[in-house]
Amino acid sequence: MAEYVKSATTGRDWEVVIGLEIHAQLATRTKIFSGSPTAYGAPPNSQANLVDLGYPGVLPVLNAEAVRMAIRFGLATGSTVARRSVFARKNYFYPDLPKGYQISQYEKPVVEHGSIDVLLDDGVIKTIGITRAHLEEDAGKSMHEGLGAFSGIDLNRAGTPLLEIVSEPDMRSAKEAVAYLKKIHTLVRYLEICDGNMQEGSFRCDANVSVRPVGQEKLGTRAELKNINSFRFVEKAIHFEVARQIELLESGGKVVQETRLYDSARDETRSMRSKEEANDYRYFPDPDLLPLVISDAEVEAVRASLPELPDEKAARFCRDHGLSVYDAGVLTSSRELAAYYEAVVVAAGGEPKLCANWVMGEIAGLLNRDNLEITAARVDATALVGLLRRIIDNTVSNKLAKEVLLAMWDEGRSADAVIEAKGLKQITDSGALEAVIRQVIEANPEQVAGYRGGKDKLFGFFVGQAMKASGGKANPGQLNDLLKRLLAG
Amino acid sequence: MSLHTLSIAELASGLQQKQFSATELARHFIARGEAHNGLLNAYITLTPERALADAALADARLARGEGGVLTGIPLAQKDIFCTDGIRTTCASRMLDGFVAPYDATVVERLAAAGTVLLGKTNMDEFAMGSSNETSYYGPVRNPWDTARVPGGSSGGSAAVVAARLAPVATGTDTGGSIRQPAALTGISGIKPTYGRVSRYGMIAFASSLDQAGIMAPSAEDCALLLEVMSGFDPRDSTSVDVPVPAYSKQLTPSVQGLRIGVVREFFEGGLDAANAALVKAALQVYVDQGAVLVDVSCPNMGLSVPTYYVVAPAECSSNLSRFDGVRFGHRCEQPKDLMDLYKRSRGEGFGAEVKRRIMTGTYLLSAGYYDAYYLKAQQVRQLISREFAAAFTQADVLVGPTSPTPAFPLGNQGDDPITMYLNDIYTIGANLAGLPAMSIPCGFLQGLPLGLQLIGPHFTESRLLATAHAYQQATDWHRRVPAAYV
Amino acid sequence: MSLTRRDVENIAHLARLSLSDAELSVATASLTAILAFVDQLSALDATGLEPMAHPLPDQVQRLRPDVVTETDQHVKYQANASQLEAALYLVPKVIE
Repeated sequence: MAEYVKSATTGRDWEVVIGLEIHAQLATRTKIFSGSPTAYGAPPNSQANLVDLGYPGVLPVLNAEAVRMAIRFGLATGSTVARRSVFARKNYFYPDLPKGYQISQYEKPVVEHGSIDVLLDDGVIKTIGITRAHLEEDAGKSMHEGLGAFSGIDLNRAGTPLLEIVSEPDMRSAKEAVAYLKKIHTLVRYLEICDGNMQEGSFRCDANVSVRPVGQEKLGTRAELKNINSFRFVEKAIHFEVARQIELLESGGKVVQETRLYDSARDETRSMRSKEEANDYRYFPDPDLLPLVISDAEVEAVRASLPELPDEKAARFCRDHGLSVYDAGVLTSSRELAAYYEAVVVAAGGEPKLCANWVMGEIAGLLNRDNLEITAARVDATALVGLLRRIIDNTVSNKLAKEVLLAMWDEGRSADAVIEAKGLKQITDSGALEAVIRQVIEANPEQVAGYRGGKDKLFGFFVGQAMKASGGKANPGQLNDLLKRLLAG
Repeated sequence: MSLHTLSIAELASGLQQKQFSATELARHFIARGEAHNGLLNAYITLTPERALADAALADARLARGEGGVLTGIPLAQKDIFCTDGIRTTCASRMLDGFVAPYDATVVERLAAAGTVLLGKTNMDEFAMGSSNETSYYGPVRNPWDTARVPGGSSGGSAAVVAARLAPVATGTDTGGSIRQPAALTGISGIKPTYGRVSRYGMIAFASSLDQAGIMAPSAEDCALLLEVMSGFDPRDSTSVDVPVPAYSKQLTPSVQGLRIGVVREFFEGGLDAANAALVKAALQVYVDQGAVLVDVSCPNMGLSVPTYYVVAPAECSSNLSRFDGVRFGHRCEQPKDLMDLYKRSRGEGFGAEVKRRIMTGTYLLSAGYYDAYYLKAQQVRQLISREFAAAFTQADVLVGPTSPTPAFPLGNQGDDPITMYLNDIYTIGANLAGLPAMSIPCGFLQGLPLGLQLIGPHFTESRLLATAHAYQQATDWHRRVPAAYV
Repeated sequence: MSLTRRDVENIAHLARLSLSDAELSVATASLTAILAFVDQLSALDATGLEPMAHPLPDQVQRLRPDVVTETDQHVKYQANASQLEAALYLVPKVIE
């Protein structure tokens, strides 16, 4: 099952080792250490108060909700929630870092030693270790356009709470890395601790990538890839970096431990030398903050408030609904999608496989076509069930139902209204259907003779002709039965 | 009767009984400040307009019968506390033009009590120094001998009180910065328990050691101010939510049965015999009042100074990183790139001692040295704290000298940082352990005042103030005023 | 341990401080002296002593409710800034 990369030039097999550092902005109302709002897109510096600006004399006070969210994540990943953790200062100078240090957690993070299971394409479930998750503050943003020889600093984002989630170097391919990243993305949204918006930077990822010859135990020197702000880019950035490192090593070079920036426009990674020099962060416990102590009671209260998690939900869908592991995985990839699917099953009063097929197939297709989220689906669960009922009671065929759904989606009408208006109702009156079949038999005497003479294959021809003559509205089962009887003469 | 020799209680009573108005009182002290600041250089900024506005408000409150004890009482703020609309310099070129857009909690609380702001006092730059000579605005002169230093870092506050340019002044104490200048200028000063007074709005030097306090002629004056300054502040995570006793109501003059621990190590080594004799004489006053002297030992007290000079520079190197020339503070001319902006803004904005401490701290925290120095210092800090705790099982209050020497001449200590750092040899321990400590005047050596230091367990400010008060009932050192300022 | 001029230059760089040649010489001597002074600590066996980061041992971090308390005051807060444009703080161009 191990997946290796074969060098194009030497044919040698290389093993890829990947660990991810994910920065999830916590969905609190206010910043981690101040009462400033955290809304995205506000005018420059309008959401940066004295604490966020690092004014002389001001002090940080920790946001209770950020702590609660970190606990939620810890519990959802089977991690240890530290009963005592410590905030530390990471010292470095950068214009978007107002105090000249970032308040983070270093030696004693709030969450440690967890894991999640990811489902890979080949159906294998792989466990990825979570080394730690710690609370820290986000930096501001630098603008480089239209300011001449200057950069402009907007500190609205400074102090936004982040949960930095550090994985073990457990991933062996870009695909695994993406699967892990997607799983964490799913999880933080289930937990309602992060909105997961990658465009706005609420969910960001750095990848530590190294390669080693297959069989070598010692890890290769890694490069840290920054600025990968979509699932697709994670895959592309890792592919590029793996190829670069293999080529470098095979041509006698050495991988340098460094930070590399992924440039999506050029699809390449390049060294960020500016950030490299003198990386001595001089961590020490922040004397302005006291140890964060979390009681068992607090942990239990958070545990009691946890929603059903994606893996639990998926297991239930497999067990109670008889869905495949794959289908259950797809349907639980977001809490909203799972909720939609469940609402359909409840309204339909059963038929989970039919419901799943329609949600994953036609509904997902239309969402994708219109670039909508499931919460904005133009056909809600009740309306979809209105259609499914007409399939179950043979009013429409499966095929015509897709046409009905399209009209429901685009015109906002109910299934019955569309079926009525378009006259798509199946012909179930056997008299009417018999008349149609008789016409077909009369119009094709040669084929009738052939069939009756033993050419069974011609049966399909009659089905097609009769279905066509019915305008597609014939019930397929009924049609088959009648045809057999009438052709038999 | 002259207004500047009255105690806070006497001033309060005069104001309540309308013997004089807050405005008259403010005018009196404004005039004294203007007359004497030229020589003493004790204020960086005088705020006469603000004082008169505050006094007018106080008079209105008093007229309505609303004011409290501090309504109309003039005071000086150390220029380390942020004051909304009035510049706050921390005695640094870095903050020469800086006007904070907010009030420190200490400033807010004292203003709410109706005090009248006379000005912002000079200090060592960013509170780093023990002589007030590191100020960007020049040294403060000691009112007892203007060729000498007043101590530091709260040297300006000490000088304004000693010269009676203000009845009381705030200070901050990271390693002795209230107690040592109080001793060297013949006044009383208390550094309360760490966490007792909010640090919000007090420009940080070393966050785990910094504590605000008060400086005034007597312990009674200190008590009246401290009970208003103190208290829980939700904006400071290290502020402690413990009720504040009415210190001024607990000044029982009796020390009958009080166990006074004489810390052996304070009297060993370099302490001058005459200084020791003054302290011993002060202890006799307590014995005469019924207190019991107990010999106690804190064997590793000698390591407090090197411990401090790891912890304080480490914290300061990080605390002062925010001064980068971008959002506030000094910005160099025409920076050629970002690195140049940082290096020159900071290089020009900070003075020599501040740069020295930033570099020391930067080095001590850097990769490879952290465990050997910073972590080790934190362990020794633990050890010293335990030794204090052990001593407090035998004694209610610990005593010793405040300063190894009386005020030294300006420019005397030159470039050797260690000589300067050793001025705080008796005071630093209380900061490391977060203990309340105070200095009270206990006599003179060649015409220069010296102090007796009292140290108590956490949150025993009442006991310290009462113990100091008892001494001041029996002595009059705290009433002495330099001849030129009577 | 004795610091070299080069060591002090590196420290000054890490601390983002420009130093004149004269300042560098003084700093080299005084930092060496300070390090020798604080090196007294190395003589002590501190085994088993819990490092003490805060003077009050029993205090723990207090938490703030997640409630917005701040309003936009950037005009007031930016009054101390030397160089601004469109409410952005300006620095010499940062190249990444």
